[in-house]
Amino acid sequence: MELSRIVITGVGLTAPNGNSLAEYRRNLLEGVAGISRIEMRYMGEVLAGVCDFDPMRYQKRKELRVGTRAGSISIYCAREALQNSGVDFESMDKDRVGIYVGITEHGNVETENEIFNISQFDYDTKFWTHHHNPRTVANNPAGEASLNLKVTGPSYTIGAACAAGNLGLIHAVQMLQIGEVDFAIAGGVSESTHTFGIFAGFKSQGALAEHEDPNKASRPFDLKRNGIVVSEGGALYTLERLEDAKARGAKIYGEIVGYHVNSDATDYVLPNPERQSQCMRAALKKAKMAPEDIHIVNTHATATPMGDIQECEAIREVFGESENTYINNTKGFIGHAMGAAGALELAGNLPSFEDGMVHPSINVDELDPKCALDKLVLNKPIKAKRVDALLNNSFGMLGINSALIVRRFSD
Amino acid sequence: MSKDECKQVVLDIIAEIAPDEELGDVKPEVALREQLDLDSMDFLDIVMELRKKHGIEVPESEYGQLVSLDSCAEYLTPKFNALV
Repeated sequence: MELSRIVITGVGLTAPNGNSLAEYRRNLLEGVAGISRIEMRYMGEVLAGVCDFDPMRYQKRKELRVGTRAGSISIYCAREALQNSGVDFESMDKDRVGIYVGITEHGNVETENEIFNISQFDYDTKFWTHHHNPRTVANNPAGEASLNLKVTGPSYTIGAACAAGNLGLIHAVQMLQIGEVDFAIAGGVSESTHTFGIFAGFKSQGALAEHEDPNKASRPFDLKRNGIVVSEGGALYTLERLEDAKARGAKIYGEIVGYHVNSDATDYVLPNPERQSQCMRAALKKAKMAPEDIHIVNTHATATPMGDIQECEAIREVFGESENTYINNTKGFIGHAMGAAGALELAGNLPSFEDGMVHPSINVDELDPKCALDKLVLNKPIKAKRVDALLNNSFGMLGINSALIVRRFSD
Repeated sequence: MSKDECKQVVLDIIAEIAPDEELGDVKPEVALREQLDLDSMDFLDIVMELRKKHGIEVPESEYGQLVSLDSCAEYLTPKFNALV
């Protein structure tokens, strides 16, 4: 069966260093990171990637009071993506629109807040809010977007740890291809900077980054890297079947031509480079492409000592012989945006089809020799001969791996 | 506490719960839901805020007493005064 080709026609995002694709891209090319020091309940100061988008642009104050941060991020990104796509959304059949939002976790923030609230009342649960359940159900970030946009088609989240941003997009591709929906809003979001549990968990694991200069703290591939900077943010895309996008004369950012998802089945947290390379190879096979056809691999590397080395090992196995493939990483700028990571990092590289630039991995003062891939783009952007295809890696705990390939659109 | 003061307490709570609403013209004798964008979850919020801020319990069977500002004042003022 010949499946429809699926294209990206709009991008909406909020990142710690930009609230639109243009602003974000400019900062990635100019070396501007967006990490700050924030006060975390029970912990004191921590480093985090915080977004400063204006939620009042698309929500009423009451919606903000009742809803969640992840819901606000979804709404902002979805509305921005729709606007960017130029689609006539008002006249669209909302039964045929799907919203698929990748999340690493959801409900930690709201549960922690409520436990803190009842702690002020001697833990009497009669003070526990009735908003708890609608705030913490796993579909909340997508559900809030459906309420805001009056979308009556399927709206739900995809829980896939830190691979979730890619997974949201992959699921949308599948749903468009099997005809479940005609238009999809998909990607990933994170509100994880509002839960002390994520920070404390990484700290206990010895995986929480620290540096006197916040913007130097997230440093994948650097010899002195010391862990993850947790971030919030989101990136949602509008996706359509090629024939629909062409019929309405849409701008096409790129075509999703390949993807793969697999599982390590080896450890709760430690990655498995063999499965990662299998994942990349399987995505290439689906795209009918060879490693040399990929011009940028955006790594997942989170700046943990072991994880970065293992991903480099996996990339070396697949792309070691390719002279065409640049390797970069976005987390030095924005930290680890968890469920949004894959979607935001793809957005950071998508403009390469137009400007031909490859944004660098920053904060690499001394490259770890074990991460020394030949075509790693370090600290300064480079102009590529051409950029026709990107492979976006996103991996997550419990051993979930994803690779997504986006190609410059050509008929 | 007078009934007017009680109405102000309720209005202050509604201002937090429904921050987009204009409360200057609320008619005390008319049902709140007829003049403001309040749903059943908002009424639960009013009940919760009375509990949290003022230590006043409104049993579920008596939620109907909170239909208008006048009925709130009628029902809640004795409760406030009983606290003192």
